[in-house]
This record gives sequence, C-alpha cells and structure tokens, in this order.
Amino acid sequence: MASEGSHNTVGIVDPDPIIGPGHTFETVTDKISAIVLTRPVTPGWVFGLLIAFSALMLLNLTITLLMIKGVGIWGIRVPTAWGFAIVNFVWWIGIGHAGTLISAILLLLHQKWRTSINRFAEAMTLFAVMCAGMFPLLHMGRPWLFFYLMPYPNPMWTWPQFRSPLVWDVFAVSTYLTVSLLFWFVGLIPDLATLRDRAKHKAAKMIYGMLSMGWRGSAVHWSRYETASLLLAGLATPLVVSVHTVVSFDFTIGIIPGWHTTIFPPYFVAGAIYSGFAMVLTLAIPIRKFYHLEDLVTARHLDIMAKVMLATGLIVAYGYLIEAFLAFYSGDQYEIYMMENRFHGPYAPLYWMLISCNIIIPQLLWSRRVRRNVGLLFVLSLVVNMGMWLERFVIIVISLSRDFIPSSWGMYYPTRWDWATYIGTFGLFFTLFFLFIRFLPMISIVEVRGLVHETNEEKGHS
Amino acid sequence: MPQIFHRSTNFISRLTIYGAVVIVGALGLALYTIAMSPWYTEQNVKRQQPVPFSHRHHAGELGIDCRYCHTSVEKSSFAGVPPTQTCMTCHSQIWTNASMLEPVRASYRDDKSLEWIRVNALPDFVYFDHSIHVAKGVGCTTCHGQIAEMPLTQRAGTLYMSWCLECHRQPEKYLRPKSEVFNPYYDPPSGAKQLELGKKLMAEYHVQSLQTCSTCHR
Repeated sequence: MASEGSHNTVGIVDPDPIIGPGHTFETVTDKISAIVLTRPVTPGWVFGLLIAFSALMLLNLTITLLMIKGVGIWGIRVPTAWGFAIVNFVWWIGIGHAGTLISAILLLLHQKWRTSINRFAEAMTLFAVMCAGMFPLLHMGRPWLFFYLMPYPNPMWTWPQFRSPLVWDVFAVSTYLTVSLLFWFVGLIPDLATLRDRAKHKAAKMIYGMLSMGWRGSAVHWSRYETASLLLAGLATPLVVSVHTVVSFDFTIGIIPGWHTTIFPPYFVAGAIYSGFAMVLTLAIPIRKFYHLEDLVTARHLDIMAKVMLATGLIVAYGYLIEAFLAFYSGDQYEIYMMENRFHGPYAPLYWMLISCNIIIPQLLWSRRVRRNVGLLFVLSLVVNMGMWLERFVIIVISLSRDFIPSSWGMYYPTRWDWATYIGTFGLFFTLFFLFIRFLPMISIVEVRGLVHETNEEKGHS
Repeated sequence: MPQIFHRSTNFISRLTIYGAVVIVGALGLALYTIAMSPWYTEQNVKRQQPVPFSHRHHAGELGIDCRYCHTSVEKSSFAGVPPTQTCMTCHSQIWTNASMLEPVRASYRDDKSLEWIRVNALPDFVYFDHSIHVAKGVGCTTCHGQIAEMPLTQRAGTLYMSWCLECHRQPEKYLRPKSEVFNPYYDPPSGAKQLELGKKLMAEYHVQSLQTCSTCHR
C-alpha cells in the first residue's frame, strides 16, 4: 500500500490512508494534547462518568455483601461450583489480549497502522486485567487470605499447590498486569512530557512533570525509549499466547467432558483476540466520533480491525466445529452426550445464540460495505463480545451442570448478585477509562507523529 | 522555558526509586519478624487464671507426675484439665484455709467448675492427638517447655504449623525414650548423639511422623 514504505509515489494521494491528509507534526500534537489540556469538560463525559461511577458503587456494595455473607449470594452450588465469577474472569482477561497484541506483536511486525489505536487499546488491556483480577480473589471462600496463593516464607512452611492451574493463573495474570503496565507507562513518558510542557496550570505541570520522569527528548532518551519499547514488546509478545493458554488450563486440567481437550489453548487465545478486537472497536468507534478523531483512527483502521476479527472468528469457528466433530468421532458416550446436551439440553438456547453471535453473524464482515459501515461495525462488535461471553458460559456451566453421572447433575441459575458483580466490573472498567481519556493522551502522540514523517517524505517534503 | 522542579529533584527521585526497593524489602522483613515475634504469637504470656496455679511448685518442687492431673493424655486426643476433686485430694488436708485457694474450695463447695483459661490451644481446623505423641516418645517438655520451672503457666511454642512441621519433618531431633516422656527435667543429648538416639527410637517405636495434609486437617 502506498503509505507503507514505497517511495515512488510522489504526488499520489493514498485513497485509504491510515492518517488523515494535511497533518503535520504540530497538528497531531495539538489535536491530541488539546483533548487533555484545553478541551472543556463536556456534559457527555460527566454523564458517562456518573453512570460508570454508579456501577462502580454497585460493585463496592456487592463486594461488601460478599465479604460479609460469602459466595452463597451468588448462584454457585454443587455441581456448578463455578459460575459467573469464572466466566467473567476469562472474558475480561480475553479482552485484554487485543491491547497487548496491538502494542507488542504489531510493533515487532512493523505494522504502522497500530499507532493511533495502541494507547487506548493498551489502557483497555490494563483496565480489563484489573477487572478480571478481581474475580479469582472474590470467588475465594476467604478472600482476605488471597496472599496464600503467593510463594512467600510463611509460618505454615507450605508452598502453594504448584500443580494447580489456579496457582499458575496467579503468576500469569500478575506477570501480565505488570508487563502491560510497564509497557503502557514507558510508552506514555514522551507524551506526558509533551503535556508537561504545554500545561498551563501549576498542578498539571507538576503532576505530568513527575510522571514524565525528567524526559528531555534528547537523542539518548529517544534511543533508550526505542530499545525499551522493543524489549518490552519482546517480553509482552509471548504473554499474549501464554496468559490465555494458562487460563485455558483452568479447564483442560479438569477431567469433565467439554473441558478436558487439547484444543483449548489455541482456541482460547484466538477467542481472546477475537473478543479483544471487538472491545477495541466498541471503544474506538464512539471515541473517534465524540472526540472528532476520524482522521487519526481512520476508516482503514476500522477495516483492518474488522478483518482481524473475521480471521480470529474463523479460527474460533474451526474450534467449535472440530470440538463437535471429535466428540462424535471419539465414540465416547460422555463426549457425545456433552455435545448433544449443548444442542438439545436445558441451556441449548444459549448455545445456539453463541453459534449465531460468534460464527454466523460475523460472516457479514466478509463484505467491504459492512466493514466500512461504522454503525453496523459497532453493533457487530457488541454481538461478538456477547458471543464470547456466552462461549465461556457454555464451556463452564454446561459442562459442570451435566458430567458423567446423572445423579450429580444440577442447574446453575445466576442470582442478582452475580449480575451486580458483573455490571459492577463494567463500572470499574468504564470509570477508569473515562478518567483515562480525560487526563491522559488517548492516542500515542509520539507514534502518530512518526506516521506524519513517513507520509510527508513520500510527498516530497523531507 | 523555566524548570518546573528544583535541581534537587534529580537526587530525590533517584533516592526514592532505589530507596523504594530497599523500603519494600525492609517492610517485608519487618512483617515477617513481627509475625514470628512473641508479641504476635503470644508465647510467654502468663494468662490470668482463676487461681495462680504454680506448675513449678507442684510438678517441680513436689515432683507430682504430669499424669496425676492431666489424666487422659495417654489414652485420648485431649490431655485433660483436672476437675476440682483432683485439687482437693491434697488441699482438703493441707493449706485448707489459704486465701489463695478460696476459689478452689468455693468451686468444690458449690459444685461449679473452675474456669481455667487455655494456654495451649490449637485452632479448630487442626486435629491434634496427645496420646499418639506420648506413645511414640515425644516428651511433655518438648512441646510445653520447661513447665516444671514455670511459677505461672505460659505457652512455650508458637503453635504455628511450621513449629509442628519442624519435628514432623525430622523426628530424630526431638524424640526421647518412652521412660523419659513424663520426666520434666530430661536433658536431651546434643547434636549428633540426639540424632543417633532419635533414629534408633524411630525404628524401635515405628514412628511414621505423618506429613500429609489430612493427618491434621480432617
């Protein structure tokens, strides 16, 4: 494509650019930093924050009740001892993977289109991992003893059970949170310095000044910045694959039909990227509309993200099909029943909704018209997110509710507190996100300026 | 454009960033030390009892065997706290008017138990059986300390799981011949000699020293 490296196209304007025409270094910085520094607080933002904050307060209430009364306030019982808490944990963690893929893997693959979406996608990852991390802690019988999962010198002289995937989760998720936070923060430093230099109020100058850690923009600083970004990208890349693999091990290590299958690691990772890109689209589309960023997060970006969604959706579809095929091909009565239960059992409507949301409806993305229709893309991203939530519900609850012996079968019905906890985590996520778009540059000024340099070079300006 | 921060910020920021690592480490060490300290574990705390019973006088100076009062230690999980009748076996004859012993006499008279405060109490999620320990060569003073020298009763051990595991993982360091189990003045041999004796006793007494979780957490 014209804007990616070929220098023989002087005078030809890219019909599908990844940055709007006419941008210079100044206009990019002005536009993005103005959102933080000069744009007045709009009623829309306040309203959004208030709704998110109320949901956060609901989370507060729910957690307090949970600490007092215990996990019985949720619908979990025997045999479905895992319900919404684990479904939501896996859902939120999955969403986080897109941000890291965009930041890290696409950096290493030199994909320039990642530059205008990576900042808020990585922020999405951080906030999603925070929401996810709440669930393993809350679902414990004694959440205040969560630190027992960590290997520290304790008066019991015991280590955590290293054979358990739940302990592996502790390492995977905390590593993921740490590396994502570091990567996001290091990337932010030059932008924070820009805000420090442009801020008018003393308080803003001091806060951005402290956060930007003395960035001067010298050649040495830039050189270190590039190296640090590459190293962190290298560190984060395996995490994209490993974290959700370890999360999938929560199920694969179990022996019940529908869980004990080797396809889960790649299937979960693909599903994670699928739902993650859906969430990035869900966030990107309103942001670019309300903050008039269509020239930075362009139609081409949405198109590419839709294609990634389609590709990962096809991998997920393959996962579903092979799971069904192998269940019957195995000849094992329990595996066969597991699939038949999904098709006709008590939770069958949810299974068929899953198939429509994850396989059938997203096939619309083959059409270029659909990928370029912003409204439809937004709806599709919500459909995919719902589908991925249903997938986790189907895997966890349906398999638990009916495993080997019929006398142990039982149903799971979520209670209002299950829903309250879930909606509450949306409150946490969106409160953090609204604060992020208000106080931090939601698009990476540094990296988008890099795009301007390239585009101008091709037009004959050097 | 003017500097926002004074030059000293360069030094302060380096100090706080490197210092933070030291501080976090020091905090961890502090927490660990506190958790192992007698203040936190309440070792050596002489708890207020209804009567200031002296093990030093009774078990030490008078030489009364532990089992005279703690009667079920060889048969049961619970060693037993004596009923007032046991006290009255002597104190109906001696020190009959001592004011210190008035609560004992009152308890005997009114047929109401003395409410002794437990000094050695494991949490409810732990199952401990005295009889097996006593039968396999673990002495009273090994866990309860120099009880015959305590004028007031205090807990000698932390009762942490690590304290139990210390012996369970290496019983040879703590075992004594069965004849010495109830001897409050037993002086174990040191170092290699104890290990030699311990190993011999482990074989002789068939000491299994279980370490599976469900042994104690039933």
